[in-house]
Amino acid sequence: MGMSRRQFLQGGALAAAGVAMSGTPGEANADAPQTRIKGIKASSTICPFCAVGCGMLVHTKNGKVINIEGDPKHPINQGALCSKGSSLFQIANNDRRLQKIMYRAPGSDVFVEKSWDWALDRIAMRMKETRDRTFKVKELNKKDNKEYVVNRTDGMAFFGGAGLDNEECYLWSKFSRAMGVGQLEHQARL
Amino acid sequence: MTNHWIDLKNSDSIFIIGCNPAENHPISFKWIEEAMDNGGKLIVVDPRYTRSASKADIYAQVRPGTDIAFLGGMINYALQNKLIHEEYVRDYTNATFLVGEKYDFKDGMFCSFDDQEKSYDLKSWAYESGADGKPKRDLTMSNPRSVYQLLKKHYSRYTVDMVCSITGTKKEDYLKVVQNFCATGRPDKAGTILYAMGITQSTHGTQNVRAVAMLQMLLGNIGIAGGGVNALRGESNVQGSTDYGLLFHLLPGYLKSPEFDNVDLKAYVEKWTPKTTDAKSANWWGNTPKYLTSLLKAWYGDNATAANDFCYSYLPKRMGSYAYNKILEKMGKGELEGLVCMGMNPAVGGPDSGHARAALGKLKWLVTVDLWETETSIFWKRPGVNPKEIQTEVFMLPAASSVEKEGSISNSGRWAQWRYKAVEPVGESMSDLWIIDQFFKRVKNLYTKEKGVFPEPITKLAWNYGTGHEPDVHLVAKEINGYFTKDVTVVEKDKTLEFKKGDQVPAFKYLMDDGSTVSGCWIYSGSYTKDGNLMARRDESDPTGLGLFPKWSWCWPVNRRIIYNRASVNTAGEPFNAKRIVIAWDALEKKWKGDVPDGPWPPMKDDKEGKYPFIMLPEGHARLYALDLKDGPFPEHYEPAESPANNRMSSVQNNPVVKIPKNVSSNMAKFPFIGTTYRMTEHWQTGGMTRSLPWLNELVPDMFIEMSESLAKQKGIKKGDKVRVTTERGSIEAIALITSRLKPFSVDGKMIEQVGMPWHFGYAGLSTGDSANMLTPSVGCANTSIPEFKAFLCNLEKGGNKA
Repeated sequence: MGMSRRQFLQGGALAAAGVAMSGTPGEANADAPQTRIKGIKASSTICPFCAVGCGMLVHTKNGKVINIEGDPKHPINQGALCSKGSSLFQIANNDRRLQKIMYRAPGSDVFVEKSWDWALDRIAMRMKETRDRTFKVKELNKKDNKEYVVNRTDGMAFFGGAGLDNEECYLWSKFSRAMGVGQLEHQARL
Repeated sequence: MTNHWIDLKNSDSIFIIGCNPAENHPISFKWIEEAMDNGGKLIVVDPRYTRSASKADIYAQVRPGTDIAFLGGMINYALQNKLIHEEYVRDYTNATFLVGEKYDFKDGMFCSFDDQEKSYDLKSWAYESGADGKPKRDLTMSNPRSVYQLLKKHYSRYTVDMVCSITGTKKEDYLKVVQNFCATGRPDKAGTILYAMGITQSTHGTQNVRAVAMLQMLLGNIGIAGGGVNALRGESNVQGSTDYGLLFHLLPGYLKSPEFDNVDLKAYVEKWTPKTTDAKSANWWGNTPKYLTSLLKAWYGDNATAANDFCYSYLPKRMGSYAYNKILEKMGKGELEGLVCMGMNPAVGGPDSGHARAALGKLKWLVTVDLWETETSIFWKRPGVNPKEIQTEVFMLPAASSVEKEGSISNSGRWAQWRYKAVEPVGESMSDLWIIDQFFKRVKNLYTKEKGVFPEPITKLAWNYGTGHEPDVHLVAKEINGYFTKDVTVVEKDKTLEFKKGDQVPAFKYLMDDGSTVSGCWIYSGSYTKDGNLMARRDESDPTGLGLFPKWSWCWPVNRRIIYNRASVNTAGEPFNAKRIVIAWDALEKKWKGDVPDGPWPPMKDDKEGKYPFIMLPEGHARLYALDLKDGPFPEHYEPAESPANNRMSSVQNNPVVKIPKNVSSNMAKFPFIGTTYRMTEHWQTGGMTRSLPWLNELVPDMFIEMSESLAKQKGIKKGDKVRVTTERGSIEAIALITSRLKPFSVDGKMIEQVGMPWHFGYAGLSTGDSANMLTPSVGCANTSIPEFKAFLCNLEKGGNKA
């Protein structure tokens, strides 16, 4: 079914109007009356690239993203997007996206497919082994030659977070420190 | 950002130094152009004639790594020509404070330097205190030991001629920049400074930022509409990830992570809670115990009690630095067993990538969580290595994209904005929230079933986010905001508030240090209250007309859109600029109007309750003179670690506090050109998120290296030729892009060429190319360790491998 850009825009505007009326921000899902955009839902999102924080509308049909464009109501970008933001559609629909859990054994030259259960259990085991093996209860401070309780896991490092949501960052921070990880760093250091 | 994106429209002069928003934050230009339409001027200072420069009223070229000279000269010019906002400087900065007798500065060195340790004794820079414990002040600012006079003396050496001889800027261009921007020292004018990694990625990066802030203090440009110190953050949620403490030295909300000698909660509080004897100082960090206790309650729930120090002992304690470069160093020596990368790609994103790639092979296990294969997840089969020789076990986990999950992200203007799930994650990919939850639950399960070392921090962790398939993101957000753990009555001046156990905390001023409140990140307290999820708001009203949009999303702290806004008014609470009122004191109603003020107290002049505007510092005054940086109270010009020039300002070549590694060289015979790296609109970061998108690859398909027409001529290189760039660390090949946008710099009477390149490429993804970070040095800022990606020395030759 062909759809012109203009019709998408109308869909977006209608969906955004739905937002304003229903008072449930961003979750508008009113089926547009026009036949040709029937079944299309719109929801709001924020661009995942730079930190300007441009608003976008994501149009979906039958569980697939069919269009992404600038949110005309968003006060920062007022509907505009740059070339990267405009390409978010190709992240949502991309053959190169990872769809499986892949594992590479030591010394192997291939990835093999695994289940979540298998991989997560093995990762949990590795984390525990490393924590138990490298946990430092006390550390000597060379300046005063005294030992201090540090309760720290020195054998592993956790990286990343600038691409995560706030709630994910928070749980990542909480989990890391509970694991005793002092070596927690991310893109802000670079 | 102290301000926010839309506020750029309120500026009379927009000064861009060390960033390129037209390229890297394109939509921000909507607001820069609006300012220009209203008569504002755009100044761009950059080594290259960038996309931003092409729109500028004034462009000045600056040699990479010489920003302190450039900005120091502006400070000097403003002081010498009396262009500063004197009332602001006297009342709101520490210009009037007297400095103790020990402080001294001679030939590039501040006093009390330990040559062995390569460190200063910061105590020797302290203020001179009176008997009341307050720093002594001279409101006339004429005392030679006043910060004002010391500042004036320090920067008197930064004359226009001296500065231009260092920076290579044409004198007429420099004067245009200085005259235009310093004119915003008038109370009714606003100037903003925008910066990014061009300022921070330096061996003196923190001092670069300080120089920016100091200039803004002198011109009275902080706290006002159209002003501010505005760091343009480069990733959609790098503001949030920093807010949530994903750095070795932090806990959520910029609380310090405990150090080894903070042996218990009392010692932590003692060390990290600043004190003041000045009743006019709000000293907001004096609330540290409330915020840490509420965090510990969020993490250890009912297990955290006053009797057990709220489980403080469960937190790891640091000794020394675990900054990114230190971790990589350790990894390279085989001293690290495991690494988890959540959307991070150290094989491309950090300095000296060749070392980073080899270091990954020393790990026992590696977990990558990403949308794509990245250079890090396939490092073991990268070009030129034999996988059989690499013993690292690799788990490559597929993550959901931003439209496949729900949650908030914080933009550079501190707006926390809610995103919705539009579709299910592709294939078997899962949200990071689910993956982190699984890590925790499975590790906890092991520690519950089997023996292990000190299991309590894991087994006693509070983790109550519903019974669904993944944590309920709203429950997480509510915990971050915080709630009461018991019924609480709060008596305020004009009302009494009753809260029930489980009620959401309205704002961080209600957080307590007795265990009666929970808050996972105090600065986000107020984001999810009894009124619901304020981050999801979409009210388009803008009552002030300044573009604050107070009911669109929510911003920290307490929805204050311009921070330090108490400095936008005089001590009586009257706005300095009647045309752009951020806040104003209504004397009749006895309250502030406009933006959320930096605290409810009446204006500073009020003898009983007035407060100073810079509430995050114990002295309440912005610091023209810093007390706590490792490399000096005033920014001083030093050359980058790799530099074509001798330091003309002093006999001290490099930041004396920075240890220079062995693979850093200023051998001009081998490496005669200045190298620099940057980003571009069409790609992003290490390229993981863009080099697999056909639309973007069509726009920029290949790794390229930019050079001037004169360098190309000298080397016999034509557009499209393969060229090779080499540094002390490594060598890469790419396509030559010859452009008049790049020009050589005048250094000591010689013209030194520059070579520029994007750092978006690598061997994974749909379009591939060599990584610029194979070239960059692993040497960083004295205070933050942020690497010096922007200024290094290199050689350039025609012809690549096949030539």
